[in-house]
Amino acid sequence: MENRLRVLRAERGWSQQDLAGRIEVSRQSVNAIETGKYDPSLPLAFRIAELFGAPIEEIFVSPSRRSSGAI
Amino acid sequence: MVRTAASKRYNWRVVWLSLFYAAFLIAAVYGFKHQLVSTGLKYVVALLPALPIVGIFAAIGRYLVEEQDEYVRMLMVRQTLWASGFALSLATVWGFLESFELVGHADGYYVVIAWFFGLAVGGGVNKLTFGESGSGC
Repeated sequence: MENRLRVLRAERGWSQQDLAGRIEVSRQSVNAIETGKYDPSLPLAFRIAELFGAPIEEIFVSPSRRSSGAI
Repeated sequence: MVRTAASKRYNWRVVWLSLFYAAFLIAAVYGFKHQLVSTGLKYVVALLPALPIVGIFAAIGRYLVEEQDEYVRMLMVRQTLWASGFALSLATVWGFLESFELVGHADGYYVVIAWFFGLAVGGGVNKLTFGESGSGC
């Protein structure tokens, strides 16, 4: 799933390891989510959204909206 | 390979169970070869090497319960699915070939060897598709 995780992380000057520690997952998980290889569960997506203080839809791009060209 | 607290515990359990397997297997083979096992104990001694292998399957199940990192857990689930598909397919193919007397008899525990080989195959597939093999292999 397309997302803005890498941008949000870079804005704060965090490494993948820093972000991984903050959301209590492995660095590999952060990398897989950032590159769109793995879609996080809803609880993990909420944890990420709460960390960045943004709604989920501002971080993760809905696949249906993406395919319809709405974004 | 992704290292998490749960995967470290899993690896230690597998190491210990493997050591028990080797010890039990050597003892059972030696005991039977030198006719040291009494008739009443034959089933118990013959089953001893099987128990640590069963323990490894239990360790995998426990790992999946304990793993807190959902991505790493998903990699392991994929590995075990590959392993199961590989081993069951091989057992099915071999079973039919054996039924029609086209190949020789293979002992049942070879399915386990195929399953662990399938675990490695699953790790390879994970590496190709996700860039990480996972914790299981």
